[in-house]
Formats: sequence, structure tokens, C-alpha cells
Amino acid sequence: MIEVDNLTKLYGSLVALRQVSFRVDQGEIVGFLGPNGAGKTTALRILTCFMPPTSGTARVAGLDCQQHSLEVRGKIGYLPENVPLYPDMTTRRFLAFAAAAKGVSRARCGQEIERVMEVCTVTSVAERLIGHLSKGYRQRIGIAQALLNDPAILILDEPTIGLDPTQIVEIRSLIKKLGAERTIILSSHILPEVSQICQRILIINNGQIVATDTPANLTAQLQRNLQVYLEVEGPRTEVMQKVEAMAGVLEVKPTNGESSYLVETSRGQDLRPELARTVVESGWQLRELKLQDLSLEDIFMQLVTDEEAGEEQE
Amino acid sequence: MKGTCVVYRKELYRLFASPIFYVVAFIFLALVGYFFYSSVAYYSLLSFQAGRTPFLSEQLNLTDMVLEPFFGSISVVLLLMVPLITMRLFAEEKKTGTVELLFTYPISDRGAVLGKFTAGVTVLALLLAATLPAMFLLEAFTNPPWPTIMAGYLGLLLTCSAFVSLGLFASSLTQNQIIAAAIAFGALLLLWIIGWAETLVGPTLGSFLKYLSLLTHFDSFARGILDSRDVFFYLLFTLFFLFTTLRILESRHWRG
Repeated sequence: MIEVDNLTKLYGSLVALRQVSFRVDQGEIVGFLGPNGAGKTTALRILTCFMPPTSGTARVAGLDCQQHSLEVRGKIGYLPENVPLYPDMTTRRFLAFAAAAKGVSRARCGQEIERVMEVCTVTSVAERLIGHLSKGYRQRIGIAQALLNDPAILILDEPTIGLDPTQIVEIRSLIKKLGAERTIILSSHILPEVSQICQRILIINNGQIVATDTPANLTAQLQRNLQVYLEVEGPRTEVMQKVEAMAGVLEVKPTNGESSYLVETSRGQDLRPELARTVVESGWQLRELKLQDLSLEDIFMQLVTDEEAGEEQE
Repeated sequence: MKGTCVVYRKELYRLFASPIFYVVAFIFLALVGYFFYSSVAYYSLLSFQAGRTPFLSEQLNLTDMVLEPFFGSISVVLLLMVPLITMRLFAEEKKTGTVELLFTYPISDRGAVLGKFTAGVTVLALLLAATLPAMFLLEAFTNPPWPTIMAGYLGLLLTCSAFVSLGLFASSLTQNQIIAAAIAFGALLLLWIIGWAETLVGPTLGSFLKYLSLLTHFDSFARGILDSRDVFFYLLFTLFFLFTTLRILESRHWRG
């Protein structure tokens, strides 16, 4: 559905995207993840034909974004970052403009506007000026205009930014629902969000794609060792010595807590039963024992900092 | 074509939704009303005097005394007001980011430019239409030369389209509305009076500057002369700036 090859974008001497290539298949929900200024918005703007790449090609549904700009734009529903809307228009009037711009026929227009307003729950503010509405409503109006004319591809740039927690949950479930029959690309710098909604994640940093996979695979790939959190009431040095001596334990690190430790074990080995037994047999009190899962946040930090370290070496 | 229509309707709505239009319309009509009243009052004063001096009465006529100054004053007020109407057309969209929305909808750049241009001209045509009652007032008291009036209004309409195209161009250059208005006003004023430099430069450049001047071409309309060369000049002027605006918009495709 979307094919991007060796995309490079320069703003003057600043490199926003560097040789970026990726594919998105039909019906996929793909998350663009990266810190601020990583090049997410630039990539999305090129896909939506707002700006051309310096070099490389972007194709949507087999059509080149530069040569067939109008056709490509007709297939995409786009929510730009910061949701620019006309503040002096009412919701209904704005959506009518957007629908007409997208080529919805006049006969179908009213019905189509009602549909997207209902999907995005903005029917109650249909007659109010957009400039008077809260950020949450404006965000949803932005999504509503993207949905007009039922585009096959949705590109959402930071769709949940600035929303309150209930609205975030609503928007996420809305995106999931929409994703059942559409191709969706969304960008975010919030990890849990992307891992919840998306089937695949593209991690982008400094204009380059540093990883692309499913959230589960990314976790598995990068989780080299298992970490077990252990809290024991007992003499510190003795506990550390005894645990370190166990087979399969790589390292024991005392944490900030008075009697807690992080035990690193090699992958594929769950040492929790042995740890419990050792502690109890030594006559100490076992307070807590749990497996520490490497979160997407850690993976992300790892990828991003690895990258930066690599660059410094260069 | 469809894109033009969509953008036209949106711009028209936004122009009427903004207070700028109403302030501009009020000031425009108040000034034009004042100019009309003063020239008519002066004309009637001279008419009384002319009753006693037959020599003067031969000199008096409505076109020279009322219509020409009336159209001239409207054109000058337009010169001041049009930049205020056109300044927001592109600059505001750039500032608020809605330009990203506009140019990711399947609307061509040409459609957007034409839609905004026609909306601006429509608003000004309405302002001009609002000055027509003055002409009907003349009809009530005297026998005004309607062909002259029609030529004058055609001249004003063409002036409006030229002004709007330049204003649109200025608005596409910047995201600051004040800067857009300043550029448009400065350029319009310069082009309005550039013919005055005729006597300062050589004959070749002088006649070129005179040809370039908007005032030269407007004068004949104000006197009721419909010259195809002047119509052609205004159309060319408008097309030139619409074309330049389009090029400026397209520059986003190759500028870094």
C-alpha cells in the first residue's frame, strides 16, 4: 500500500531524513515512534504530498507522491500535527468544506458529515465555532475531517497529544476500530500508546529508521538478559555472595532500597524457584520476588542511546 | 475548477465571518459618501453661480465635476483598503498551519489561488455595488450619462482585480499579515504614481513608466472612455500576479 525508498530530506544543511525505506501493507496499523525532532512529521508530510523529498521516492497505492499528487491526496485522510483548523468556522461548516474539497458529492455530503461527527462524537458541537472549542474537541474534529470520504489510508500525526486520559482511551479505541478495514500510520513519542494500538513499530531517530518490528518481537530481540527483582531481609554481603554463587546468575546489583537486589540471569532460564529456595533455606525472610520485564521504554532508550554512542565514535 | 469553487465558498464565508470586512466596508462607504457629497455640493454651488455667468455654464458638466473625481476618489480609497482584505488570504493560513490541510486535500494550487482571488474580487465588487445608490441619487436630480458611469465602474472592477492579484501575491510571500499588507500597499502605491516620474527620466523610460502606471490606465475609464488597451493592461496585470503567486506557492516544492 505504501512504499518508501531511500527517502532523504534536507532543510538547508539540516538532515531531517536520511535514506529512509519502509513498506506498509494494506490493513496494517503502523506506529512511527521517535523522540521530538526525529523526522516523523517530515516523513508523514512527504507521504501526504505536502512537501517533496530531496531524493528518493514515496509511493502510495502504486502512485508516486510527486507525479500523481492529486490522486494520492484523494486516497489519504490526514491529521496534521497540532491540528490546524479554521477557528472562525463552525464544526459543520468546516466539515462541509473539507468534504467538498475531498470530492464528496453534494447529495452525499450531509450524510457523510453526520457519519464522521457521530464516529468522532462531535455531534454536540456541530453548530459551535471551532475557535471556541477545547483541545479535545478540536483533535476529534481533526480526526473527523480525516475520515471524510472514507479514505483507504489514514495518516495521523500525534493523534492523542493534548488530550485528557479518558479522551486518549477513546481515541485509541477509535483508531483500533478504524484500523480493522484501513491502513493507518500514526506517529507518536509515547511508547505505551504505540505498543497498544499498532501491529508494527518503526522506530526513527535522527532521521533514520533504527528498528522495525512488532512490539513483542522488539521486546524479545532486545531483552538479552532477564532481570529478577529480589527483596530479602538478611545481611547484605552474605545475601549477595550466596546469590552470586548460584548457577545461572550473571550479576547481582544492590538497588537503592535497603534490602533489595536486581539479579541478572541468562536468558531462557527462570531462576525464581531456586532463588526462593536459597533464601528460605538460609533462614532469611523473603519479601518480594518478581520478574522485571524490559519495557518498550527501555528498548527505545537503548536504541536511541546506542545510536548516539555510535555516532560519537564516528 | 471544482477546487476553485470549494476554496471560493470557504474564503467568501471566512471574509464575511471576519470583522475586518465590516470595518473596511464601513470606512470605505463613509469615505466614498463624503467624497460624493462634497463634489456634488461643489457642483451645485458652481451651477448657481453659472446661472449669472453664461461663460462658466459652458464649462460645467457632470462628468468632469462629479463623476471623474468620484471614481478617482473610490480608486484611492480602494488602494488603501484592498491590502487589508487580501493580507490574510495566504499569510493567515501559513501562520495557523491550515495551509497544510489545504494542500493535502485533493485541490490543485491553481484552484486554491483562483478561489481566493475570485472571493476577494467578489467582496470588493459588493463594496462597489454598495456605492451605486449615489448614482441613482444623481438620476433623481439630473440626467447622468449612464455609459460614462458604466465605464467608470468597469474600470473600478478591473482595478479591484489588479489590486487583489497583487495583494494575494504579497500574502503568499509571508506568514505575517501586517507584512503582507505593507508590501501590497507599498507596491500598489508605487505602481499607482510611477507615471509621475515621466518628466524626470528620458522619453523612452518615461513612456514605459507611464504605461506601467495604474493611474494612467484608470484615468480614461474615469472619464468614460472605454479603451481596449486599458482593459488589456489590467487583465495582463492581474494574470501576471496570479501567475507569480502560483510560482511562489510552488516554490515550496523545491525550496530547502
